[in-house]
Amino acid sequence: MKHTAATLLRSREAAVALVLLAAVVLTALKSESFVFSADGWRNLLVTPSMLVILAVGQTAVIITRNVDLSVGSVLGLTAYMTGRIFIEAPGTPIVAVVAAAIGLGAVLGLVNGVVVAVAKVPALVVTLGTLYIYRGVFLTWAGSDRINASDLPDDFLALGNAQIASVPVLSIAALAVLIAVGYHLYYSRGGREMYAIGSDPDAARLYGLPVTRRVIGAFVLSGALAGLAGVVYAVRYGTVSSGAGLGIELEAVGAAVIGGVAIFGGSGTVWGAAIGAALLVTINRALPVVGISDFWQRAVVGGLILAAIVLDRVLALRRERRLGIERDTRSLA
Amino acid sequence: MSEPAPEAVLVLDEVRKTFGATAALTSGGITVEAGSIHALVGENGAGKSTLVKIVAGVHRRDGGTFRFQGRDVDFTSTADAKAAGIAVIYQEPTLFPDLSVAENLFMGRQPRKSAHRIDRAAMYEHSELLFQRLGVHLDPRRFARGLSIADQQIIEIAKAISLDTALLIMDEPTAALSGVEVDRLFAVARALRDEGRALVFISHRFEEIFALCDTVTVMRDGAYVATQAVAETSRDEIVAQMVGREVAELFPKTPAPIGDTVLRVEGLHSTGKFHDVSFEVRAGEIVGIAGLVGAGRSEIARAVFGVDGYDSGSVHLHGEAVPMRDPQASIKAGMAFVPEDRRLQGLVTESSIARNIASVLRRGLARAGFLSPRSELRAADAWAQRLQVKTHALDMPATTMSGGNQQKVVLAKWLATEPSLLIVDEPTRGIDVGTKAEVHRLLSDLAGQGMAVVMISSELAEVLGMADRVLVVCEGRITADIDRDRATPETVMRAATQTHRPEAGA
Repeated sequence: MKHTAATLLRSREAAVALVLLAAVVLTALKSESFVFSADGWRNLLVTPSMLVILAVGQTAVIITRNVDLSVGSVLGLTAYMTGRIFIEAPGTPIVAVVAAAIGLGAVLGLVNGVVVAVAKVPALVVTLGTLYIYRGVFLTWAGSDRINASDLPDDFLALGNAQIASVPVLSIAALAVLIAVGYHLYYSRGGREMYAIGSDPDAARLYGLPVTRRVIGAFVLSGALAGLAGVVYAVRYGTVSSGAGLGIELEAVGAAVIGGVAIFGGSGTVWGAAIGAALLVTINRALPVVGISDFWQRAVVGGLILAAIVLDRVLALRRERRLGIERDTRSLA
Repeated sequence: MSEPAPEAVLVLDEVRKTFGATAALTSGGITVEAGSIHALVGENGAGKSTLVKIVAGVHRRDGGTFRFQGRDVDFTSTADAKAAGIAVIYQEPTLFPDLSVAENLFMGRQPRKSAHRIDRAAMYEHSELLFQRLGVHLDPRRFARGLSIADQQIIEIAKAISLDTALLIMDEPTAALSGVEVDRLFAVARALRDEGRALVFISHRFEEIFALCDTVTVMRDGAYVATQAVAETSRDEIVAQMVGREVAELFPKTPAPIGDTVLRVEGLHSTGKFHDVSFEVRAGEIVGIAGLVGAGRSEIARAVFGVDGYDSGSVHLHGEAVPMRDPQASIKAGMAFVPEDRRLQGLVTESSIARNIASVLRRGLARAGFLSPRSELRAADAWAQRLQVKTHALDMPATTMSGGNQQKVVLAKWLATEPSLLIVDEPTRGIDVGTKAEVHRLLSDLAGQGMAVVMISSELAEVLGMADRVLVVCEGRITADIDRDRATPETVMRAATQTHRPEAGA
């Protein structure tokens, strides 16, 4: 029994899921409608979907020992473009608009990836630069203009409330992304190569892995998913102003770190990152319900990130010690 | 040089390569036949590793002939070379620590169930088969992180032999392996040769070359010297070709007056690493620490120096207690430590040689808190000259140097602190005979000047030749303390392989 509990806790995904569950249960005790009402249930599932999508893309990038700070600006830009298309060309099929948003995101991600992988500039610097550039493009394009719910077609907005078997469509979309990327990272050669590259980039090059291609691929994926998240933003909020997606890139990185994705690459899963994203969003919604002030809400998020990193360090030290004992017993055998 | 035979797998001739102002290769050459094991020998900086890296596609040659399987080739990446059928085991293992052992073996070519699905079960199974072939027990599911250097080396070997290669190059594969593992590796190498593959074997151990190889090519100063059948040459002849002169091989320690106790270690214990370690080292004395790889020798040294902590026990230098886990205090007290893995622990490889040598002196060199490159160069120059570090400029990055020269830089760095106790871990690992003798002479000189020296070495001849006293470590315990005149290969090996009392292991 003790053993299974220990094994479970050693899996970061399970540990974070437990914290998430505890947060939901505690909040539900305080206010039943947080879970047990049509709205509560829907919000519980649908609010994390945007951050989950971003965190999945971010994880793919972090695994290769890079980071993508531009996703907030990409999200804002694509969300605005989504609205613009409906205004300029009413009647455009929703599928085409979604594809356009994903496409634009992918192109913006490609720019990041090429500069990082080909010009060999650190991703932190490159994506910090494009964070401002993409936001600047957005501001220039939008001006003081903004997209209002009335500009968007009804069947597009209806996606925000649509459900299949009492599961919101947006949550299903996020889950589909999660499963697809999770499968790719775990089962495909390309996915495993991304882990290898993040684990030791020099060894990866010496080994002959297609480092440039994989890193660019990770950035394109992150950009494309930020594009998809832009659509989700437009659906969910109906209005897109120039502040859309401001600062959300740090939440995406935070979600990944909380979910056990090593910031120096090579380990972690999108499952962990997705649960981390759900935890961040849910805690942000739960704290006001239990009556905790704004200030503390931010501090709790920061505390979670620090706790995650401390936990990683403690586990790493314990693992090292265990490996030492293991080596001893091996030499005894 | 004779015309290369038409069936040669690999032909390199007159190959040139320069890095900046340094000519790594002026006229490198080797001709490797299928179905043979070809030794490549040469001093440090002779250009062996550069030659290998050109074949492997890491570097591109500036000029000369490069033919593989009868075709002129020009690899632009390691992937090219690999695709052509060339596998290389590099001197330093290149593993992915966050991935499983099996994934390290099969990265990029994992067995698949379908186009998008890796078959992990098959991957583990293939890994087990490979390890069986090598006769080792390693769990393919465990992470590569935390493996001993010997195990990492075994994974590199397994990786290379699992590739269907026409040419396998091994750059000092045996440096970290025990006797049994070396024997198994040789058996596998011979089996590959008998399948008609070509192998290139780089080693500084002549016994291995004579035991394993058919042909030997000697390089010196970036140029081809000679190729001979191993059966028709001798160790002395090869050594003479390598250095261009006769060398005294192992420099035995010159007797020095033994002084007061410098280092006293009492009851040092660290769970999972070592137990009840007590010993003393006196001024002018070289104490050798022998034992099998993984016995805990390096761990003891790291704990004494203060890099790692320990659970109980004490370390005294000149009678003063040395605090645990505080290398700065150890350096101040007069300790110096030259670690085993010079690339990872001993050097800032991207920094200049001068900066590396001066790095532990910083405080003494700084003027008003600032450090000028000129003061670094000045401090470094004296030591570099004394150790005959072969490099054209001290402001070049350390990463461009050969292994032997890197080792000299690490030594210079620590000697510049004028320590009273020097701990060296595998001081001559991966170093050619010429430099080896220089390192031995240096250690002997230092002891003669009254320095206490602790030398960890896997090479029995080195320990027996150099040490006044041999401490043998087995499974984390000191199992013998043998004086110079009683130390023989037999007494040391018996203590190193002494099986543990079962009640203590439980």
